[in-house]
Parts: sequence; C-alpha cells; structure tokens
Amino acid sequence: MTTTLPAVPAGAAGTRGDGPGARRRSERQPVSAWLLAPALILFGGFALVPLGGAVALSFTSWNGLGTPAWLGLDNWGAVLTDHVTWLTLWITLQVMVGTWLVQTPLSLLLGVYLAPRGRWRAWMAAVYFIALLMSSSAVALVFKNLLDPNFGLAGPAGPGFLRHSWLGDPNTVLIAVILIIAWHFVPLHTLLYQAGARQIPGSLYEAAQLDGAGTVRRFFSITMPQLRYTIVTSSTLMLVGSLTYFDLVFVLTAGGPGYATRLLPLHMYLTGFTATEMGRASAIATILAVVGLALSLGLTRLSGFTRMQSQQEGL
Amino acid sequence: MVTTEAVRPATPTAEAPPRRRRDRIRPNLPAGVGSLLWLSVVIVPVYWVVVTSLRTQQHFFTDHPLGLPTEPTLDSYRQVIDSGFDRYLLNSVVVTVGAVALTIAVALLAAYTITRNTSRFVARSFSLFLLGLAIPLQAAIVPIFYMITKMGLYDTLLALVLPTAAFAVPITVIILVNFLRDIPKELFESMRVDGAGEWQVLTRLVLPLSRPAIATVAIYDGLNAWNGFLFPLVLTQSPEQRVLPLALWAFQGELTINVPAVMAAVVLSALPIFLLYVIGRRQLVAGLTAGFGK
Repeated sequence: MTTTLPAVPAGAAGTRGDGPGARRRSERQPVSAWLLAPALILFGGFALVPLGGAVALSFTSWNGLGTPAWLGLDNWGAVLTDHVTWLTLWITLQVMVGTWLVQTPLSLLLGVYLAPRGRWRAWMAAVYFIALLMSSSAVALVFKNLLDPNFGLAGPAGPGFLRHSWLGDPNTVLIAVILIIAWHFVPLHTLLYQAGARQIPGSLYEAAQLDGAGTVRRFFSITMPQLRYTIVTSSTLMLVGSLTYFDLVFVLTAGGPGYATRLLPLHMYLTGFTATEMGRASAIATILAVVGLALSLGLTRLSGFTRMQSQQEGL
Repeated sequence: MVTTEAVRPATPTAEAPPRRRRDRIRPNLPAGVGSLLWLSVVIVPVYWVVVTSLRTQQHFFTDHPLGLPTEPTLDSYRQVIDSGFDRYLLNSVVVTVGAVALTIAVALLAAYTITRNTSRFVARSFSLFLLGLAIPLQAAIVPIFYMITKMGLYDTLLALVLPTAAFAVPITVIILVNFLRDIPKELFESMRVDGAGEWQVLTRLVLPLSRPAIATVAIYDGLNAWNGFLFPLVLTQSPEQRVLPLALWAFQGELTINVPAVMAAVVLSALPIFLLYVIGRRQLVAGLTAGFGK
C-alpha cells in the first residue's frame, strides 16, 4: 500500500482479522479483551457518543447554556429550507473540486520529479515541506496579510495582480482560498506521489526506453498507470479533507465577504457558537457527518482499497 | 522518541526500492524549471514573513516588501513574548504531551489485544476504529461542548486533551496493529511458555519492539494536537488556557495593524516544529505521512 508507512506488510492486513473468531471463540484467549476497554471508552465517549449526540441535539432547541428542550423536526425544516444551507453545500463542493483540480497535477508532477534520489532533489523536497509544518491558522494569517492590496506583498509598486483585493472581492476570494489550501497541502500529496513513484520498478522504464518511448510517453504509459492507487489514495484524502477545512477559512475570511467562503463546517460553527442556535448547528453537523461518511465509504468501495497490494501483479 | 537511525532497520517494509533510475537521469528542462517555480512559490511567502517580522512598524510601511529591513529589530519578538507567549507555548506543550501520551497508552493496549485476541468482539471493535477514521471532528463539536460543560471541564486544558486524544485513537490503533501483526507469533508463545504474564509480554516484548511505530505515530498525533484549532476555540475562553494556534488568531485581533508583530508571532509559533524538522527530518516526515495509511 505504501512505503512511508513502516507498518504495512504486503498482504498482512486482512489475513488475520478475517474470521478467526468463529474458529477460536471457545478457546481461552491469550490476551484479555478487557485491555480494549480504555481505548473504547475514550473513543466512544468523546467521538462516537458525541456523533450520536449531534443527531439527538438536532431535535432540540438549545442556546448553549441551560438545558436543551425538545423541539421535534423544526430545526431540520429550517435548515433544509434555508437557502444558505444549500449555498454552503455548493461552496463546499466548489472548494472540493477546485482543490482537487489544482493539487493533483501539481503534486503528481512534483512527486514524480522528486522520486529519483539525489542531493539537489532531497534538498528541494526538504524546502517544499516547510508549508506543511505550519498550523492552518498560521498559514491563514500569513496570506491574510500578504494578500493585503496596500500593505502586503504588492506594496505601492508591486505587480498588478497582487494589488487586487483577492480576499475582499467575492468573485475572487474562493480562488484565493483554493490556492492557499493548495499551498498548504501540496507538500503532503507530493510526498505521497514521491513514495509511489519510487515503487515503480525501473525495469519498466528500461523496457520502454528500448522500445524508443520518450519522456512524455513514459510518463503517460508507465508512471500514470503505475501510480493509479496513489492517485486514488491522495484524491480520497483531498476530497474527504475538503469537508474539514475550518481553521484556515475561519482565520482567513471568517466565511466572508458575505457568504462567499462559508464552507459547511464554518456554517455549522457560526450557526451554533455565534448565532447560538445549537440545535440547528447539530442538524448541519449531522449533514456534515453523513456526507463525510458516505464520501469515505463510497470512495473506499469504489477504489477497492483492499486489492491495493496487487498493483504490480505480473512483474 | 527514538533516534532517527533506529527507525529504518527495524521496520519490516523499509527496504528501499533499488535505485535503478539513477543511471538514466537526463536533465529534464521543463521539469527543472517547474520545480524551481514551485520552490519560489513556497519560499517567497516564508521569506516575506521573516523579513517583515524583523522590520520596525514605521519601516514596514516604507520599505520594499521583499527588501531587507532597513533597521532590523527584534522588538516585535519581544512584544510577542511579553504578551504571554511563554504561557501559550507551555499550554500547547501540556496539551500535546498529554493527548499523545493518553492516545498511545490506550491505543497500544488496544492494538496488542487486537493482534493477540481472536474473538469476534475484538474483531468488531477493530472495524469500529476503522469506521472512526471517517468521522469529521467538526460534526461532533456541539455535543462535545455540551459534555465538557456538563463535566465542569470548560476552559481547562484537560478539556482539550480528552477529545483530541479520542479522535487520534482510531488512526493510532490501526497503525500500531499493522505493526504488531509483523511480530512473529512464536516470540509471544515462547515468552508465555517461559511463564511471562500479559503485562510482562507487553512491557518486555511489545513495547520495545514497537518503538519505531510508536515514535512515528506519536509525531503524527503530536502535530495534529499542536496545530489543533477548533477544540481550543470552542472549549476554552480565558487567555490563561490559550494554546498557540488560538493565540495567533487572538494576536491578529489585538495587533491588526502591527503586521511585524503578527508575523513574529507566526515565526515563534512555528519555530518548535521547525527545530524538530531540522533535527529529525526523516522521522518527522514519516510521522506526517503516517495518516496516509487511511
């Protein structure tokens, strides 16, 4: 599946967990199942229970203080008929598609370029990585100030495209957000592609070269098909990840100007913690969870994650 | 944490693919130019942050944005440090160390059980953790806020540690399980034959052997905890409980027009991770991509 993860032996996942329970249930287990308790309590208590809690709270009226009061389906009616909900879903979808379109070709090309070993490439990879080390709120602060048309990078005599108020103009702010997200996360995906490209057997390239294939041909006929599982993994991370961009957009634009960058999680936060409509926020949170789960499960099923070890079959 | 060298040899799949392509690298001009372009896209903002943080407030308005500061000064750094930065740094360290320690402790027990116990209940629990990977943390924030308030933990660092650790449990368990599955069964059995109890197997066999995996996953969890923003935003309030990412946001609110100071705060908040990166790049990179296993 990956080389960066030191832990995944080819074929090991799945060979044990598949169904030994039926066979050995009656035997005395060497390790007591009770040792699972702390992890289950922590994960259940602070992740699973709250997830169910979000569904429950979506049927209540609660302002963040006091006790939630039963309300029935009112929140759901309000959320589903509010055009802002659909607008934020639309914006989220645009960011999802936009970040994928920008990041995938960039990180694919960079990753393949950085795959061969060498001092210069290693050094460059090290510098590329800097962006990923910063917190999202730091990245947001940097670009918020850097893109300021008067006091940012543009300065009084800077290039024209920087004197445009990228974050202040509702027509360009989404593009800016997508590009900033790319700046932040391309290093991660570059790394995935670099690891993937290093797995491609050199014999394939040697054979192609003997057949007279040029660089471009080799890229499309060997590199791309060989990287298909890396592409799937990286795309899954990007698409599902785009449902969780919160910190960056919150600090950068707080969803504005107007509603221009109000992504779904941001909409949930602003509804709950700024407008103190916790019930409605919970309904939005439920939508978020359903979309997220459906997307991850759908992509995983579609891509056949479990068959991933066979990508070099026949070699 | 372990030394960088200790990681590679101990990991079963670490055998690097043979360097077959080295003999064929011919200069690829467009690729070289493209990679340099991206390099400048990365470096220019970072450079801008650093030079801006060294300017005086007056020169910030008059200097060329990318020129070297006319009167370099560390005043902005002093200002940031004086406004409680040490406190925020300490809070971040406490939350990160607390969350990582808690996560690793419960996840190691769970991973050990999942590898060694074959009952159906344990297998189902493992599936539950796999499913847990797909839960967006934002979806649970309102009920977490409710629970934390009811528990009387609102505006404490513990309120940040518990949910941060909880959301790190699934990926940590999965990475550790994948690693522990590679330990030959015979090792466990021979220890049991020698009369070692569960606890001894855990501390004398599992813990030492899984150290590289623990280091990797600890870095991954640690960076997530260090950079976490939503839990601190929702679950704390007072400046005394502020962690670094939140402090940055607050700085921007307080210092809006003092851009050099805001940039100094950005540099200071990133500095610990940068130092870590310089010291153990390979280990850090492995940790950052550990989540790739998803």
